Amino acid sequence: MPKLNVPEAKTSGSAALIHIEALSLHYGASKALKDISLTLGERVVTAFIGPSGCGKSTLLRCLNRMNDLIDNVRIEGGVKIGGHNIYSSDVDVIELRKRVGMVFQKSNPFPKSIYENVAYGLRLHSSQNKSELDGVVEQSLRSAALWDEVKDRLHSSALGLSGGQQQRLCIARAIAIKPEIILMDEPASALDPLATARIEELILELKKDFTIVIVTHNMQQAARISDFTAFFYIGELIEFDSTTKIFTNPAKKQTEDYVTGRFG
Amino acid sequence: MENHFEMGLDALRQKILLMASRAETAVNQSVQALVQRDYDLAVRVREDDNIIDQFEVDIDEMAIVLLTKAPLASNLRLITVAMKVSQNLERIGDEATKIAKRARDLAQEPPVKINFDVNRMAAMSLAMVKDALDSFVHRDSAAARAIIPRDREVDALNKEIHQQLAQHMTENPDTIGRCLHWIVAAKSLERIADHAKNIAEEVVYLCEAQDIRHTLKN
Repeated sequence: MPKLNVPEAKTSGSAALIHIEALSLHYGASKALKDISLTLGERVVTAFIGPSGCGKSTLLRCLNRMNDLIDNVRIEGGVKIGGHNIYSSDVDVIELRKRVGMVFQKSNPFPKSIYENVAYGLRLHSSQNKSELDGVVEQSLRSAALWDEVKDRLHSSALGLSGGQQQRLCIARAIAIKPEIILMDEPASALDPLATARIEELILELKKDFTIVIVTHNMQQAARISDFTAFFYIGELIEFDSTTKIFTNPAKKQTEDYVTGRFG
Repeated sequence: MENHFEMGLDALRQKILLMASRAETAVNQSVQALVQRDYDLAVRVREDDNIIDQFEVDIDEMAIVLLTKAPLASNLRLITVAMKVSQNLERIGDEATKIAKRARDLAQEPPVKINFDVNRMAAMSLAMVKDALDSFVHRDSAAARAIIPRDREVDALNKEIHQQLAQHMTENPDTIGRCLHWIVAAKSLERIADHAKNIAEEVVYLCEAQDIRHTLKN
């Protein structure tokens, strides 16, 4: 496969925030990511798409060093966020994950109240008093478009919420600690169409304040919510461009074949 | 929370309405230039046609982007209908340009002394365009269906004017060149009514999901 030279200017209209530089990742002897270089813009939604095993979720987890938690992982190259290499030895990984929040495929609220789920990270990271906490919890739930549905039962268990509400709660929990970047790994794949639509609308609202990188298997979801799309195949970045370009006139045949459902 | 897809559809509707307003103005002005022998106005209508053409390009681009988001049911119909409405509006703009070209040439020659009702024909075609667009805006299927038979009235009037002009040319061979200009202008008005009918048929499809093209003998 020819090596891809990714133009730096692809984040047009938005300042570059994340620079992935010649990144390769090995799980033991197997190479899951092969020399990926990519620049992602600030306050835009970038979608990672590609068939299972293409490395998109692995790359997403490189952006807040979640792969550090997996044994036998070796990384070459680097990732800079705001100009700082997040893999340098002096980086505090806890601080990094405050800046780069994450929402997973399966909603994973703590077995605590709705309020405590959102307040949990704040209590860990800063010592705010109750009125401050109340304010941030409300604001975060409002930003996650959940406030109106839960304001009368903030102290009920989060596990009583529907799947879609639990996922929005996880988004509220992620934004409560004011990250710059939110990583989302198939955040709507377990939800019904209505709950999916709410998550998609929420993502479009959140990009006003946050930089969002999302992994999705749903082509139309990528088309609906993202500004830029990166297509991966067997650990390689095949094509990166504006989402409109990727979905109307991709440069590579492989991209066209994937987005039109011919393989993958 | 705002619905971003709906916002995209609204922007598409707004763009269609702006284009429609341009196209209606072009037809109005071309007829005015023809009837009032206004050379400058005729030239201006021709120059403005590229604005209408650009609307068609922009609307197609907006529609294609919306289609990538996998719209369904009435939203899907709205986007495909918007593309067809814009194509018909672009052609209405082209017909206005043709009328303006004849108006420009006729303004430089002596008037033809013949009474035929081009104003009435223009008014009928324009009313059809306006009503077709209103039915699109209000998603009014009944109003759209009511427009379709009116095309026959315009066709009949065009035929009448054509016969009058043919008769006049036979009797006054020195006016053949000018009468041919008028025949072409009247034909353009008749085509404008056809495009209005096409738009009305698209509105019926939009509202009822029923394709009535080529099913009614008008």
